[in-house]
Amino acid sequence: MGLAERVASGDRRAAARLISLIEDGDESIRPELAELHSRGGKAHIVGVTGSPGAGKSTLIHKLAKGWRERGKTVGIIAVDPSSPFTGGALLGDRIRMQELSTDQGVFIRSMSSRGNPGGVAKATADAVRVLDALGMDKVIVETVGAGQSEVAVMDVVHTVVVVIVPGLGDEIQAIKAGILEIGDIFVINKADRDGVEAAQRELEMMLELDGEKDDWRPPIVKTVARTGDGIAEVVDKIDEHWAMIKREGLLEESERQRSRREVLELLKHKAVLSLLSEYGPDDFDALIKDVAARKMHPHDAVERIMEKKKK
Amino acid sequence: MPIRVLVAKPGLDGHDRGAKVVAKALRDAGMEVIYTGLRQTPEQIVETAIQEDVDLIGLSCLSGAHMTLFPKVMELLHAKGVKDILVTGGGIIPMEDVPRLKKSGIAEVFGPGTTSDEIVSFIKKNVKQRT
Repeated sequence: MGLAERVASGDRRAAARLISLIEDGDESIRPELAELHSRGGKAHIVGVTGSPGAGKSTLIHKLAKGWRERGKTVGIIAVDPSSPFTGGALLGDRIRMQELSTDQGVFIRSMSSRGNPGGVAKATADAVRVLDALGMDKVIVETVGAGQSEVAVMDVVHTVVVVIVPGLGDEIQAIKAGILEIGDIFVINKADRDGVEAAQRELEMMLELDGEKDDWRPPIVKTVARTGDGIAEVVDKIDEHWAMIKREGLLEESERQRSRREVLELLKHKAVLSLLSEYGPDDFDALIKDVAARKMHPHDAVERIMEKKKK
Repeated sequence: MPIRVLVAKPGLDGHDRGAKVVAKALRDAGMEVIYTGLRQTPEQIVETAIQEDVDLIGLSCLSGAHMTLFPKVMELLHAKGVKDILVTGGGIIPMEDVPRLKKSGIAEVFGPGTTSDEIVSFIKKNVKQRT
């Protein structure tokens, strides 16, 4: 039996191994991935993003418990950055989720960005396919919301939850670039701290400025994930968002958008590799040297590479 | 491909300084280290190792219960049909216990005084390249 088939029959080891092969960028599993893709599309994919220390892992643990109580199975993919120096990573998101680790209705996987933030979005999309095929009703993807690569990871989900904490002053300023626009639900976590009202006002103001979306006005929910306060409401809102997507016939559109972004990302990746392999590493190094020595503008260097392809 | 390691603290043991030092050393050696915190049951450790598809489990125990907990982890791994994950132990473990631990399937035991380099080179040498 192939890995894809084993995953579809509920084999958790096969799922874990397939995700490893995805992370390794192993090309030989492409038929397996194609099979998963053709069978998939059942799971509701939920992204959770926010600054380090916002309480994402604790919140996800509680959300997962909430869904388990409602009879849903839950997959979790926790993405953490790798060290730019050694490539190594310390993945500690599970510390806050241990209660779930022996629950057969839950599958948690930690992934590192392996020094290639663009690549992690690609791997995440396929890892989601694995957990979807494994039969998870909800698949949660967790990333640190601190840059474009994290925003790219959120491209693969249906519903984006943005987590902020009060009292950091510029918290909302920091997340507004890119993240605010993609948030479907905003959670002000650690709401037992000072500054909740101010954070809520500021967030409401930013969302007003952002203009109301036609079919969904992003709700703001206050939580204390540690105690569980407000969690049921977040679960409700996420489920409501999913119901809305399906009710309004937006699922097809959402799938199309997600597919378009994924194909474009893959194309960019492959196109760059193919152009570079055509140009040759030595010639490429020579070009880079010229740019560094200011004999050539980067634009012209790129033009040079593109021209070679045309010929 | 980076080696994936689970650093785990089984049982009722509140001391994780050593485990954290080892986890950081392995990360700095280019490995992906999953750390799960204190007071794990052998069942949790084995299930986590499966979901994370690790190459190696590093068990740390300073409570004296290693003779129960380490073999229990091995037993559960075998029950699940897992044969390709290497398991090592560390902590306060008397020399005379080591042969019996190894007999239960623990690949190596790292006691006090072991350097990070020794652990890193053991892992790099003994973890099988995945296929």
